Amino acid sequence: MIDFQGYGPRLLEGALLTLELAVLSLLVAVVLGLLTASARLSRLAVLRLPAIIYTVIIRGVPDLVLMLLLFYGAQIGINQLTDMIYDRWGWDIFINIDPFVAGVITIGLIFGAYMAETFRGAFLAVDQGQIEAAESFGMSPWLLFRHIRFPLMMRHALPGLGNNWMVLLKTTALVSIIGLSDMVRVAAEATRATHQTFLFMIPVALGYLAITSLSEIGMQWLKKRYNAGFEEAS
Amino acid sequence: MADASIPLIVSDIHKRFGNNEVLKGISLEARKGDVITLIGASGSGKSTFLRCMNLLERPDSGDILVHGEPISFRRTRHGREPADRGQLQRIRTRLSMVFQSFNLWAHMTLIANVIEAPVHVRGVPKARAMEQGMALLERVGLADRAHYYPAQLSGGQQQRGAIARALAMEPEVMLFDEPTSALDPELVGDVLKVMRELADEGRTMIVVTHEMDFARDVSNQVVYLHQGMVEEQGHPSEVLDNPSSSRLRQFLAPRGR
Repeated sequence: MIDFQGYGPRLLEGALLTLELAVLSLLVAVVLGLLTASARLSRLAVLRLPAIIYTVIIRGVPDLVLMLLLFYGAQIGINQLTDMIYDRWGWDIFINIDPFVAGVITIGLIFGAYMAETFRGAFLAVDQGQIEAAESFGMSPWLLFRHIRFPLMMRHALPGLGNNWMVLLKTTALVSIIGLSDMVRVAAEATRATHQTFLFMIPVALGYLAITSLSEIGMQWLKKRYNAGFEEAS
Repeated sequence: MADASIPLIVSDIHKRFGNNEVLKGISLEARKGDVITLIGASGSGKSTFLRCMNLLERPDSGDILVHGEPISFRRTRHGREPADRGQLQRIRTRLSMVFQSFNLWAHMTLIANVIEAPVHVRGVPKARAMEQGMALLERVGLADRAHYYPAQLSGGQQQRGAIARALAMEPEVMLFDEPTSALDPELVGDVLKVMRELADEGRTMIVVTHEMDFARDVSNQVVYLHQGMVEEQGHPSEVLDNPSSSRLRQFLAPRGR
């Protein structure tokens, strides 16, 4: 057994944190991505415009900068707000942004913009005739989305989605700068203390590889599900 | 209030795409059991007219009444839109459409296609919808294909499946948009046979088609459209065999049937 010099449990906790962060951020990103893609494809300019601004800004600014901006910037904003409330009404409120929540929101926000592009292309690839058929049978927009548009779209979105997921997973390493002990931060700490880079960094690398390999199984399952009815055609 | 016994009345429909006025005031009345064929050259507006009936295209003006109930409209910046989404959806469940390119939902098996709208739009219990759906597939000769995906079926089979899907809604009027135009010639017959049977059992149908034999033998009214207007209209024996319009004579002549 390898001797992790007492860092073993913390590394494991770090790995778990990485996984939690990645999965929750993915959820936020997918929901945001779907909403943004739908907004961008809307006929209404009031929906289209904010969606375009969001995707342009997020995709044009480095993740690290966004992370610092959102975590510290948001905290400063909240502090100013609570100060103002104290001055005006005398209510003393303390709100501290939880780094984990901030991490999930920031990564979700960043990848929501990339997902939006993936979903937008995928929505455009859906055969319009099948959408019309659904409309002509009196489906409500929500039913049509759940039963027809979304499942037909997913087939086109999956490759991009899988790609985004891998990049997202690795981006979670950025949260160490806002004070979260993910597996990279724990390993970096251990390396500094023990000067044994390989002892800690190789398991970390293998940890990421394990997660990406496992998600490949998930991807295959999703592919099978959303390609049903299509593979026979080719 | 218009006559509620008439399944579908459309009156004075106008539609333009940009500067191109595609429909210049067309009216039509489908009484119970009517089989109306719309014929005309491509670009005459016949498909657009059909698509206006269930509002896949929004007519710029004109009225649509389903069993006497007028579809309500409102003006928006994007043009004339249905005012009441609920009413639109309800009315659409009563007019089923069969498309030129079938438009079966590719991610669902045939039987799932057939029961989708009955179960989720009309609220029919799933077991009953399955039973009815299987009976409909039996009728169109596809019972053994129920669990196939559309991509595993021939064009003719897909179109018969699409007809079963439309029938499953128990519609009051069936709209057919060039149902055989995308089919290989040898597959057309099976689809037309099913449509003839539907006509024989007294279904109200409006059919955009190039199949003159079908128009002559099956329909009780032929409407010939030319450049967005009704050029000639009447019983097939008059319109097809004794056309008074020279344009219609020209349209019918080169077919050599």
